Amino acid sequence: MKPKMAIFVGVAIPLLVNGTYQALVVAPTEQTMGDVQRIFYYHVPNAWSGAFLLFINLCASVWYLITRNAAADALAVAAAEVGVVFATIVLVTGPIWARPVWGIWWTWDARLTSTLVLWLIYVSYLILRRFAAGGQTPILAAVLAIFAFVDVPIVYLSIWFFRTQHPSPVFGGNGSLDPQMKTAFFMNLFSFTVYALLLLNLRYGLERKRQIFEESQAAALSL
Amino acid sequence: MNGTTGNSTNGNGANGNNFGQLLNLVRASLVKDLRLEWRSKDAINSMLFFALLVVVIFSFSFDPTAEDSRHIAGGILWVAFLFAAVVALNQTWAREMRNQVLDAFRVSPAPPLALFLSKVLANFLFVGILESLMAPLFVVFYNLNSVGPVYQLLITGVLGTWALVVNGTFFAAMSLRTRSREVMLPLILFPISIPAVLAMVQATTAVLTGEASPRFWMTLLGVYDVVFTLVCVLLFETVLQAE
Amino acid sequence: MVDATSNPIPAAALRAVSKHFGRFAALKKITAEFAPSRLYVVLGENGAGKSTMLRTLAGLMRPTHGHVELLGSSDLAAARPRLGYMAHPSLLYDELSALENLQFFAQLYGMGSPATTEARCQEVIRMVGLDPTLQRPVGQYSQGMKQRTSLARALVHDPELLLLDEPFSNVDVQSAQAMVGLLGKMRDTGKTIFVVTHQLPLLASAGDEFIWMTSGQIIARTAEPVPPQTAAGDAFGSEVRL
Repeated sequence: MKPKMAIFVGVAIPLLVNGTYQALVVAPTEQTMGDVQRIFYYHVPNAWSGAFLLFINLCASVWYLITRNAAADALAVAAAEVGVVFATIVLVTGPIWARPVWGIWWTWDARLTSTLVLWLIYVSYLILRRFAAGGQTPILAAVLAIFAFVDVPIVYLSIWFFRTQHPSPVFGGNGSLDPQMKTAFFMNLFSFTVYALLLLNLRYGLERKRQIFEESQAAALSL
Repeated sequence: MNGTTGNSTNGNGANGNNFGQLLNLVRASLVKDLRLEWRSKDAINSMLFFALLVVVIFSFSFDPTAEDSRHIAGGILWVAFLFAAVVALNQTWAREMRNQVLDAFRVSPAPPLALFLSKVLANFLFVGILESLMAPLFVVFYNLNSVGPVYQLLITGVLGTWALVVNGTFFAAMSLRTRSREVMLPLILFPISIPAVLAMVQATTAVLTGEASPRFWMTLLGVYDVVFTLVCVLLFETVLQAE
Repeated sequence: MVDATSNPIPAAALRAVSKHFGRFAALKKITAEFAPSRLYVVLGENGAGKSTMLRTLAGLMRPTHGHVELLGSSDLAAARPRLGYMAHPSLLYDELSALENLQFFAQLYGMGSPATTEARCQEVIRMVGLDPTLQRPVGQYSQGMKQRTSLARALVHDPELLLLDEPFSNVDVQSAQAMVGLLGKMRDTGKTIFVVTHQLPLLASAGDEFIWMTSGQIIARTAEPVPPQTAAGDAFGSEVRL
């Protein structure tokens, strides 16, 4: 466990340092938005990592309902908690960028609002975990996780129809992105994914230790 | 000495594989709920008064004489319904918890689905009654009249109420197993219901103002209803037997 | 241990069953078999795990480890039609009369036409010594009448295995004795009955086997209503620890 973690940390930190260097120094300044555009190198990788973690939460929840394996529940908690942290960063960095560029802090745009709704749903998931009675917590939480995930496409669809003004064609559309910007972006995307997995692993390990401790306490009293 | 009653009852009937028996159980359970409600009248009375309070307070808070009241009426109406529904939904399982009657259901071979569907139908009825009493009051206070066809409002009302009630009944069953259960219900119901609420409000506003087509929103509500009814049906047993 | 393996198909069996609530173990790796057609009396202090064991047997609680077999099957759902459960709370709707209550619960067991169901409900109500024509809602009954009705509810589908959790607390002596008499008769017709109770004297003569529990374990099974004389059995001495 320990050497593995050391390698993990040893890889993640240089990656993040390099990502930051790429984003702040190497990548050119965007012409119309200026330096504030650089937040995009964090904002998008964070959003991706958050979504990825919440997807892991769904998989772990389904896995738990099928096998009732405590490790699956530990993974679900870890993924949800770290995922909510990433989603929070997305919700904070978004307005910081939007204020100078769009002139407003918040707009009821599809992706922004979906992220907010998603964040609300997973915060309610964490609250449910806190309030559920004893041994039933993992089951109830896993059930809610499935509801949450089923809700996501409906949320997106509804808000997309409601209104949309997000800068969607960053990629794909015109392809006019500077190659150095692209490099910086993908390096950060990769770094943050590794970083998210590192945090997930740490939190998962902690939760497993707590579970095993609880189990051993109950078992010890049995003797 | 074990055999005589055992395998025969076990094999064919009691597992509720057949649909007719499920319906019978749903009906029996629904009739029982209505009869209990009729005898005690605790839920419906407090709910009616609460609904009235909501209408009056909303009417004070959002100026009913404003020119554009038609534009905000959809939102006000549904938020009021949402509050009234939460109060009603919190009562759903209270009756089954008194004297731990729910345990009698859980040890029986009756399919949990029958219990769930009967509760959803009972709630749909209660909330429907509340809404049909609150709506006319709003119409009077806000001096509303609809530009679009009224039947679309009715469809929206049915679809929207179902959306609140099906998930609400399910989450109320989940909240039973938490501390401070009455607070827990809105905390988990509201976030999941956001797209449904958006659709209800938009559809209602579209019909009232006649400025847009409510079709998309009504379809979305329909999809939401179908999807979440399925999810609830699939997962209810897990929640009921979570202990 | 009394008579643990003499019958090939036990009415109920616990296989290394543990139930944990967080760091607290309510049941600790209990392994036991219970032969059919007997009346078991489960005894122990508060918190000894009696109710947890009964609820686990009834399938109301899922064991943390191990598994339960009822009537020869480890699929508890399959055993439900043949299982009766009664607890200290009445498990009845206070606003309905005894007959209405029973009719509703009988429907959960799919007992055939309304006429046969009603006849069966009336029969069971008479069995517990009450009047089936009584219109009063159960909420207005005395505790003794409530528990008799509750027993009738547990019996309405003629279960083979009956699990009773503190059925006699706050019940008048006469009702309790009538219920014990009925349980004895049912045992004689081949039913298996578990009674968790604090009131040993009520069941001292009717019980076939006495199961003594302390802190989540079965410490002894005796044929006589006498506390075991083991070290752990001190809990059953004349002094009651609180």
